[in-house]
Amino acid sequence: MLDALKDELLSQVNAAADLSALDEVRVSALGKKGRITGFMKELGNLTPDERKERGQALNALKDEIAAAIDARKADLAAAHLKARLEAERVDVTLPVRPESEGRIHPISQTMDEMIAIFAEMGFSVAEGPDIEDDFHNFTALNFPPGHPARDMHDTFYLPDADEKKMLLRTHTSPVQVRTMLNNKPPIRIIAPGRTYRSDYDMTHTPMFHQIEGLVIDEATNMGHLKGCLVEFCRAFFDVDDLPLRFRPSFFPFTEPSAEVDIGCSRKGGELKLGNYGDWLEILGCGMVHPNVLEACGIDSTKYQGFAFGMGVERVAMLKYGIPDLRTFFEADLRWLKHYGFAALDIPNIAHGLTR
Amino acid sequence: MKFTLSWLKDHLETDASLDQITEKLTALGLEVEGIQDRSKELEPFRVAHVVSAEKHPDADKLRVLMVDTGAGTLQVVCGAPNARAGMKGVFAPEGTYVPGSDITLKKGVIRGVESNGMMCSKRELKLSDEHEGIIELPDDAPVGAGFADYAGLNDPVIDINLTPDRADCAGIRGIARDLAASGMGTLKPLTEGHLDASPVTGAFASPVGVSIDVPEACPLFVGRYIRGVKNGPSPKWLQDKLVSIGLRPISALVDITNYLTFDAARPLHVFDADTVKGNITVRMGREGETLAALNGKEYALDAAMTVVADDERAEALAGIVGGEPTGCTEQTVNVFVEAALFDPVRTAQTGRRLGIDSDARYRFERGVDPAAVFAGMERATRLILELCGGEPSELVVAGAEPNWKRSLTLRPGRVAALGGVDLPRERQERILADLGFTLEGEDAEGRLVVGVPSWRADVHGEADLVEEVLRVHGFDAIPATPLPRETVLTRPALTLKQRRVALAKRTLAARGLSEAVTWSFLSGPVAGLFGGGQPGLRLVNPISSDLDVMRPSVLPNLIQAAGRNADRGFADVRLFEVGAAFRTPAPDGQDTVAAGIRAGAAVPHHWSEKARGVDVFDAKADALAVLEAVGAPAGNLQVTTDAPGWYHPGRSGVLRLGPTVMARFGEIHPSVLDALGVKGPVVGFEVMLDAVPLPKKKGGTAKPMVQLSAFQPVERDFAFVVDRKVEADKILRAVKGADKALVKDVAVFDVYEGPGVGEGRKSVAVSVTYQPTSATLTDEAIEAVGQKIVAAVVKATGGNLRA
Repeated sequence: MLDALKDELLSQVNAAADLSALDEVRVSALGKKGRITGFMKELGNLTPDERKERGQALNALKDEIAAAIDARKADLAAAHLKARLEAERVDVTLPVRPESEGRIHPISQTMDEMIAIFAEMGFSVAEGPDIEDDFHNFTALNFPPGHPARDMHDTFYLPDADEKKMLLRTHTSPVQVRTMLNNKPPIRIIAPGRTYRSDYDMTHTPMFHQIEGLVIDEATNMGHLKGCLVEFCRAFFDVDDLPLRFRPSFFPFTEPSAEVDIGCSRKGGELKLGNYGDWLEILGCGMVHPNVLEACGIDSTKYQGFAFGMGVERVAMLKYGIPDLRTFFEADLRWLKHYGFAALDIPNIAHGLTR
Repeated sequence: MKFTLSWLKDHLETDASLDQITEKLTALGLEVEGIQDRSKELEPFRVAHVVSAEKHPDADKLRVLMVDTGAGTLQVVCGAPNARAGMKGVFAPEGTYVPGSDITLKKGVIRGVESNGMMCSKRELKLSDEHEGIIELPDDAPVGAGFADYAGLNDPVIDINLTPDRADCAGIRGIARDLAASGMGTLKPLTEGHLDASPVTGAFASPVGVSIDVPEACPLFVGRYIRGVKNGPSPKWLQDKLVSIGLRPISALVDITNYLTFDAARPLHVFDADTVKGNITVRMGREGETLAALNGKEYALDAAMTVVADDERAEALAGIVGGEPTGCTEQTVNVFVEAALFDPVRTAQTGRRLGIDSDARYRFERGVDPAAVFAGMERATRLILELCGGEPSELVVAGAEPNWKRSLTLRPGRVAALGGVDLPRERQERILADLGFTLEGEDAEGRLVVGVPSWRADVHGEADLVEEVLRVHGFDAIPATPLPRETVLTRPALTLKQRRVALAKRTLAARGLSEAVTWSFLSGPVAGLFGGGQPGLRLVNPISSDLDVMRPSVLPNLIQAAGRNADRGFADVRLFEVGAAFRTPAPDGQDTVAAGIRAGAAVPHHWSEKARGVDVFDAKADALAVLEAVGAPAGNLQVTTDAPGWYHPGRSGVLRLGPTVMARFGEIHPSVLDALGVKGPVVGFEVMLDAVPLPKKKGGTAKPMVQLSAFQPVERDFAFVVDRKVEADKILRAVKGADKALVKDVAVFDVYEGPGVGEGRKSVAVSVTYQPTSATLTDEAIEAVGQKIVAAVVKATGGNLRA
């Protein structure tokens, strides 16, 4: 009789379609009023021998049914999970959420690169105001009033203030003056910043950026100027054998003065930097003029040194192949995305400067 | 400064090649900007004879020419009005590349008539802009000869970029002198041919006298009357010289002055003496006086301009341009020649004010050799007598040669100490002597004493002498020496303040904004919208009215950039700029500001995102991120609602530390956007980087010890109903202040206005985190702090806990 019950219950267990049906089977078999429980309750009416035999059989049946229920439960749970996961399927080919990518302007990146290199050579960064007066921009730099060299700078003027002729600095050189007036040698600074000249065409913008360098001590000579700039240009342009040519030139605030060319090739209309026999002018430099030292309160019989200045946009254009100067200032998002740099791309000598 | 190789060789005896010479010029500081060698380009062009010219059968304006090219007679169709039988001109056969029109000639049929090649105009040969007719050559031009050879155009033209200090090299002689000093040949003496500057004996006293009223403006004036000249075209050798460097031959008298201007940097002027009334006086101009100049323009003169006048009126602007009424013509018979010295500064100022760029001004403002005035007059006299005939007067001289003689000293060791290259004393002396310096021995301290030549007013001191020696010896010889290191490791190049600029930039870029660099100036009306445009910050000479005022804020340029990007179809704009905003023209009147804008959609248009436009909280988040990055105490800032007028009054704020404004943020005011022509909404922020206090030096790099509690934090939510004007910040502060030890964090997670909270009121729901540090919180403790919080908020806001 128990065998028949067993077969019946097992078939019910296996027929249970879901967890609640299975639980109904469990209650009907093993619950307080369940059929196996009912037989258990009747054991008291039997003789001890019968009870023992019957009890063992019932317990075995109970265990067997319980195990079958557990097994069925696991199967149902697995099937349920499987169905759920199937239902949760998504189209993983869908594009991800776009993240807005900000960019660092090539001027900032180039300046950071320059600062990284000159920092290695012991320079620190100095700054000065964009609005200057005639003294700091010209007079202290040995531009005599009325000198034609002043004409070379197409100066923007502001109304006079406190009897001073005010102007937008035409170069970063007034930072030299401010530095020398406020610091005693030895001096080793660079001064990056905005500069202004009244000129607007294919290759000139009324605002541009320069970086100025100044070294003043008792022994620095033109050989050091050459050494410093050779090091800089090779590191900055990432061309180990980049040749430099120093040509005599004229700036009122240096004597001797030089312009510096770097080696290049223009074959096929394409500009390539390196030792190819052609030359490209990139900066002006020279030994600080004694008149400038004296105008800044530095004893020119004891101290000497060099200064240089170069256009930031110009070297950025050369290094990164940017064709048009005017586009630097247009804030065109497409241009910034293309020529700009990632936020975490911080120039550093240890990691390398070139991206 | 342009010159030809053959002209250079008038002064320089040399075997050096063109390449050697141009390389040396650059090495000397006379930078070669271009070398034009036209012989190749003009090779196919030939001198030709027009044998016959008939009207084209089908075109009124065309003629059919038979042209003898020296290699045969060809039929050519020509439209030039001056094409006629018997003339000589320049012929280009088919296949020739014509530089002036950038075409290659093909055999053609013009209105049914075959045409083989072309008769050329000056423009087609890039000789001038002349295109009225074809070139007419003299009758003796040899048919079949190369035109370049015939016209002297086979002479390489060298163009150097002359630095303003080298007045002497504004003349070819000065260039030749530099080359000779650097071993490129020998300088010819001023004794032979057209270089001859030896005095001419005058036959009579000049009927025109000269006086100088303003010796400071004109220290020396040398004049000479020449009577009985015959002016006409100058000879071919002179015309060729002028044409080769791009000058237009005019007449012998004028061409002679132009020749000496370029040859010797000695500008001269020749007056038609019969038009000069009385005597010549150099004086300042007079108010109301005018001059009809030789360039065809009329100029108003004033007392700051030096003029050369006769008894009646100003006849020339000294050192700049002559006057039309006294200019020489073909009919001129008697002339008065001027060789003078004019003050460089006045010449430059007058030239600049009147906008006259002349070859004379170029030289006078750099400084003309004060010792070569007489030599210039003698050379001019000799040339006039040779080319125009006539009889010269004695010289008439006013003023005197200024004392230009001065001596400088040079320590022979200075070349090594300043220049970095050690040169023997003999070498230094040789170079200086070859440049025209006189060696005057040495002083008691062993320094070389050298006399500066009259043509080198740019040499003032020892450093200049070092440069002279170095540049002739060659900058290439200077060794590249590494800068000595002061310490093994270098110290940081940036101060903390400078580093903050970099931090602000990279923080904003990391937040998805792109860095722009925009002009520091903008238009007055736009500046006015942003509180700017004060008179002290207005440019006196702006490049355009759009760029005439220093910017009072970085925002307007960025907003306009957003507009431009939107016009190109990119409406979602996120831009920032870190740069100066100007308050006053003083050195401390410019502030370093990190400003940015966002426009368009705040979240990308994407399948997974819910669309949202930018709002004030995007801008506030940017401002706070920058402040956090640069080390501002972001947690202690107060928010006030008094942002300046370019922000939306109800959707903007100011972040302050005490009274100091650290940042402003908000929606840009719609009328400002309207005025800028930009579609909104646009939100923006400005962080005043200079206002952020630098941290106090505490010594050491250690951070304070971290406190990590072992006990679980507990979170509880509260909703308060308050008047809708109550600021959330007030509630947050009250919650924090209720139990400073326990309340670690509080966040607003819901703000609701509408049914259920009452008219004019809102519900603000906050989530508060308690962080116990000494024991797990009991239910009683949680309850107690909750009551404190409710009490504090009710007290601060007059609101109540939402039921």
